[in-house]
Amino acid sequence: MPIMTYIQAISDGMREEMRNDPKVMVMGEDVGVYGGAFKVTKGFIDEFGPDRVYDTPLSESAIMGTGLGMAITGLRPIVEFQFADFITSGFNQVVNNAGTMFFRTGNNVTAPVTIRCPSGAGVHGGPFHSQNPEAWFVHTPGLKVVAPSTPYDAKGLIISAIRDDNPVLYFEHKFLYRRVKEEVPEGLFTVPIGKAEVKLEGDDISVIAYGASVHLALDAAEKLAEEDGISVEVLDLRSLYPYDKEAIVETVRKTGRVLVAHEAWLTGGVGGEFASFIAEECFEMLDAPVKRLGSRDMPFPFAPQLEDKMVLNGDTVYRALKDLAQY
Amino acid sequence: MPRTKKTPAKKTSKTKSRPADKTLDQKLEKLPSGVSRQKYLQKLDSLLPPEDIPDRAYGDLKKKGYVDLYRLLYSIRGTEDRLTRLYRQGKIVGGVYLSKGTEAIAVGSGYALDRSKGDMLFPMHRDLGAHIAFGQTIERIYAQYMGRSGSPTMGRDGNTHFSDIGRGIIGMISHLGSMLPVAVGAAIGLRNQGKKAVTLNFIGDGGASIGDFHEGLNFAAVANAPFVLVIENNQYAYSTPIVAQYGAERIIDRAVGYGIQGEVADGNNIYEVYETVRNAVNRAREGGGPTMIEAVTMRMRGHSEHDDHFYVPKELLEAWAQRDPLFRAQRFLIKKGFLTKAELEVLEKKVDVEIEQAIVNADASPLPDPDTLNNSVFAS
Repeated sequence: MPIMTYIQAISDGMREEMRNDPKVMVMGEDVGVYGGAFKVTKGFIDEFGPDRVYDTPLSESAIMGTGLGMAITGLRPIVEFQFADFITSGFNQVVNNAGTMFFRTGNNVTAPVTIRCPSGAGVHGGPFHSQNPEAWFVHTPGLKVVAPSTPYDAKGLIISAIRDDNPVLYFEHKFLYRRVKEEVPEGLFTVPIGKAEVKLEGDDISVIAYGASVHLALDAAEKLAEEDGISVEVLDLRSLYPYDKEAIVETVRKTGRVLVAHEAWLTGGVGGEFASFIAEECFEMLDAPVKRLGSRDMPFPFAPQLEDKMVLNGDTVYRALKDLAQY
Repeated sequence: MPRTKKTPAKKTSKTKSRPADKTLDQKLEKLPSGVSRQKYLQKLDSLLPPEDIPDRAYGDLKKKGYVDLYRLLYSIRGTEDRLTRLYRQGKIVGGVYLSKGTEAIAVGSGYALDRSKGDMLFPMHRDLGAHIAFGQTIERIYAQYMGRSGSPTMGRDGNTHFSDIGRGIIGMISHLGSMLPVAVGAAIGLRNQGKKAVTLNFIGDGGASIGDFHEGLNFAAVANAPFVLVIENNQYAYSTPIVAQYGAERIIDRAVGYGIQGEVADGNNIYEVYETVRNAVNRAREGGGPTMIEAVTMRMRGHSEHDDHFYVPKELLEAWAQRDPLFRAQRFLIKKGFLTKAELEVLEKKVDVEIEQAIVNADASPLPDPDTLNNSVFAS
């Protein structure tokens, strides 16, 4: 089995599904000849041609809108926003146009668009190349939202997203692109949308996380096991809408102590949704109040010293878990 | 600010004189600062067409086409007149946005498309006539307005927001201009799948100010998309007059900036609308690229039926009433000898009966079952 980085796995999943289904195409700024700002589609144009690897003008709203139009005619576009931050310029097309299409047409028109959003901080991108805007879309009916943390999930979920008949926002974390790698099967396989996975089994505390925060949780868990003898379970949600309620209940039942962690801003972040769900459905299983962690409520700063202070980091996760264990 | 005589309104013909309006100056005083009264008056002057439509041949139309277009125009006028009645009777859910006096643009455009070739229509809220001309039934339109289960949206979206994918119609969302990129994408998508199909979208003088207008047209231009945009310039966006809406002399002036074909049509001449759109559709189908068409008209009702459009000068409405597209077409048909007065009456009576029957059928059709909301959000 080949070793793939996270970014190679996304690329491989897209390429395999484009070979598998001639209706699949990718479109966005600089995705063609240049191969994408992060080189996810490097070489695609030579294999699939310029109509299936479609270089667009710099027009986020039109990219999303035209992608939706292509989907209506039977194609399955993968729309790439160069940075997740830029999705605000196409927000209306995503939320109001794509998100309502199936519902408002009496379930007669589907919008199978995969919306790729390179997101996240840690790469010194500053206020407009670091955001994690998933909460806006989790809050919108009609959109599915996924956020893989590993190469295996990245490949399996991109294929699931492409095959889904609904708009799926695919949040790929830039920090993970070349920093995580693992064995990933060749060819086609899927990871189901809406299914979480326990990335590390444990008994004392649960961390519910997704994307880059899963790795913070895994690192903290290792340290807690070694230094403090605390056993942490890490549940990787993988899908944020729909999300895996059963898996959440299961891990809460097991440990009774829960930390919800994400890199997105804390206030109004999706962690609040998961914490509320746990409060409603798992109240009697809890031995401690549900704890939430996120990045500080401020624009992402540029200088590394400032960014490190603002973005959720491993130390904060470690300390929060230790506090929870002692509650 | 007094009117200066530095740049007097350009008069291209005697029939294009601006109607006198005693209250107009008062109205103009309420425009935001920087908005030019003089420009407004010039625009009013330059946009008024002659009373009768020119006596000439229009495109590929034969007698049947001339009569068909009139029948469709009469159908939508009758359909909408009864919508007002139903609205007042409380049978309509939500607002009613009429195209009275501007229907020729929608009908002529819809008729210029060819569903058998895979063409698709992306109408706006004053384009019921395009739905009808492109094959939608009047009964389904009434069912839609009444929020019935048999409507194209199953009661989930209101009034003119409806798609009918089987008929190649994709309905709008309320955010004007949003469908423009979608229609462009559909045009490219159809072309990339080997079809020689054209998509057509409408926008108004207000919607043309929105960002998607620019992004969509630029995208269409770059892709040489088989796409036609019809701009219905009805001179008011809700209550905002065109002088407070765009700075250019004409919206169509932008075509050169996008590098696409731009055409102007008399929006109250259904035959000229058809001819202009048909030429654009044919050109797009043969790979000639997108066209934007500015069809000028005057909105003869309020923005919706709750709006008495007190802000439109009455003299302006009276002048445009003389140029009503239905009566202009009627005079043209009789003059050309395509129909006698007696034949017209027979045609109109037949349409009236069809519309009344459509209302009866729609009114008798079931209301939506609330349980149909279950599993309605995601396709599986």
